[in-house]
Amino acid sequence: MSAAHDDHHHGPAKGLSRWLFTTNHKDIGTLYLWFSFAMFLLGGTFAMVIRAELFQPGLQLVDPNFFNQMTTMHGLVMVFGAVMPAFVGLANWLIPMMIGAPDMALPRMNNWSFWILPFAFAMLSSTLLMDAGAPNFGWTFYAPLSTTYAPETVTFFIFAVHLMGASSIMGSINIIATVLNMRAPGMTMMKMPLFVWTWLITAYLLLAVMPVLAGVVTMMLFDVHFGTSFFNAAGGGDPVLFQHVFWFFGHPEVYIMILPAFGIISAIIPTFARKRLFGYDSMVYASASIAFLSFIVWAHHMFTVGMPIAGELFFMYATMLIAVPTGVKVFNWTATMFRGSMSFETPMLFAIAFVVLFTMGGFTGLMLAITPADFQYHDTYFVVAHFHYVLVPGAVFSIMAAAYYWLPKWTGHMYDERLGKLHFWMSFIGVNVLFFPQHFLGLAGMPRRIPDYALQFADFNWISSIGGFMFGASQLILLVVVIKCIKGGKKATAQVWEGAQGLEWTLESPAPYHTFTTPPDPKLIHAQ
Amino acid sequence: MSNQGPTSATKKLVRKLMLAAVGMFGFGFALVPLYDVICDITGLNGKTSGQYTVAEADTMAVSDREITVQFMAQNSEGMVWEFHPNDMQVKVHPGEVKVVSYRAKNPNDFAMIGQAIPSVAPNEAAQYLKKLECFCFAEQKLEPGEEIDMAIRFFIDENIPEKITKLTLSYSLFDLTDYSEPAQEITAR
Repeated sequence: MSAAHDDHHHGPAKGLSRWLFTTNHKDIGTLYLWFSFAMFLLGGTFAMVIRAELFQPGLQLVDPNFFNQMTTMHGLVMVFGAVMPAFVGLANWLIPMMIGAPDMALPRMNNWSFWILPFAFAMLSSTLLMDAGAPNFGWTFYAPLSTTYAPETVTFFIFAVHLMGASSIMGSINIIATVLNMRAPGMTMMKMPLFVWTWLITAYLLLAVMPVLAGVVTMMLFDVHFGTSFFNAAGGGDPVLFQHVFWFFGHPEVYIMILPAFGIISAIIPTFARKRLFGYDSMVYASASIAFLSFIVWAHHMFTVGMPIAGELFFMYATMLIAVPTGVKVFNWTATMFRGSMSFETPMLFAIAFVVLFTMGGFTGLMLAITPADFQYHDTYFVVAHFHYVLVPGAVFSIMAAAYYWLPKWTGHMYDERLGKLHFWMSFIGVNVLFFPQHFLGLAGMPRRIPDYALQFADFNWISSIGGFMFGASQLILLVVVIKCIKGGKKATAQVWEGAQGLEWTLESPAPYHTFTTPPDPKLIHAQ
Repeated sequence: MSNQGPTSATKKLVRKLMLAAVGMFGFGFALVPLYDVICDITGLNGKTSGQYTVAEADTMAVSDREITVQFMAQNSEGMVWEFHPNDMQVKVHPGEVKVVSYRAKNPNDFAMIGQAIPSVAPNEAAQYLKKLECFCFAEQKLEPGEEIDMAIRFFIDENIPEKITKLTLSYSLFDLTDYSEPAQEITAR
């Protein structure tokens, strides 16, 4: 174990400059994770404003324009500020340790791709303090709402998106280069842990679609400031074009937010079921199939714009096809647990909740994929319930599971299991009370993105808001758990979890500042 | 490790990946003409094609079928012109050239520039509506108080599917007065 430990390098620098100038993948991973947590709380605060306003019918707390700013900022901050950086942080911490590499392939670029993020979000958030107000056109920023009718602050939004995109592209180039070129001898592609596999595929998705996002906001910039007419019908442009280009980015984007989660769950369930992952190869191929399919389904977000029937059928069937590889994954996780010697520590609880609740979100996705039914569900709370089920108990739960699972490896201490379980059950109950009633609201016809609603929606909104406050408050428990765990606690062993497999568990806890400066023994790789 | 730069294999890979990113940025912009071309070929989104020029060899057989063409007009937000079709609807035989007109009036005391953008419903009928002449091919400049009739000369392609017996041609009028550089060439009409 200590063979990997390396003494002749210096440890981390002291003070603030350690974090500003660091090129160490563990430091950068930590920065990403803290940044993501801060953004999670910020975006969560916006969500609390939304749920407070929707607590009862009528306009009580905020005016409708500010409500629109809240829904927009909540979406942008959660997608680009919380979920994506959390996965990049986990990738930074874990990928080099999992493949037996000393660091990421491009450590300096790594530093840069993190440090432009705080500036991007400072720029985006600063619009809240400006007279024109924050962007209010929804996180999907459909033209002409985001061009002809946009507040003046749209330019801040555009450049913030450019910066986030640059950060993601650099991050994904770094991950691809690390995974393809830095694997330890003996670590063949089909021996890589699934988290590495899913991140490799995710990185390719990011590389393919983040530039398209940069393109679409650049077109907006030109429409707003330089008199072009990409999306302006008066000048020969077409607002529907915006939706096509946006969703060409947007649909792969939702898989960017879930594929690394699949990798995390595929690491945690075998550990606590004390069995090897069922169907490793099929997991790899299923991830790749999902990534490929994500490029040919984008128009299912816009069935109601007026497509020919052939187009609607194509996008309907292609969308439903995604259920097949996803079903393979859910089957494999279940089969891994089957007859396993299971124990239910906090990471496993989050992982099981992920499998159950993500699958529910997947099923509502199938309902939305049915074109004729989608005309009924489009832009209702049913859609809100669907994507929150796949993103909150999906992506976010997987991140929390990962945090609990690897915290002992990062800090060297066991977290407080009682607080962890409390956090899990509060989150689990909260998230269901929050989002489950929204299915009913949507089916009954409540539109999304409105600050006020008809009286018949009052009861379910009331329940949903209670769940929202409960879920929001319980995230503070996570903060307490993490801080307690950093400060102290029971010493963690190198192995940490009885059933854990993989190179990172051969390192002592906490993982030394420099690891695998000499490649690990190939026999260790074979063992997994 | 921190003293060594990336290996040459890594540098090569990174160059390729960066090129891919730049290429995808370009692809995003390529989607714009691609979209117009696809809409033009298929008539999706109810976009009608540009000016149709009759080839010498075209012998336009007039069929017996009768198709109702309805006309609509609407002003986009902020456009103050009076704008309406002179005929609400006409009946045409496929192949037969028809001329109809719209009337526009600038009620303001300053000159204004307007641009009409067409749309056809049902969408699939768009590609069978051939315009030989249309006021929507150019911007319209109206002096204060000026009132004009603007013509459309069109015919319906005889290949129009049997099930289409009625189609609607709708124009949205946009105010281009404040556009310093008017859009010179607007391809998809």
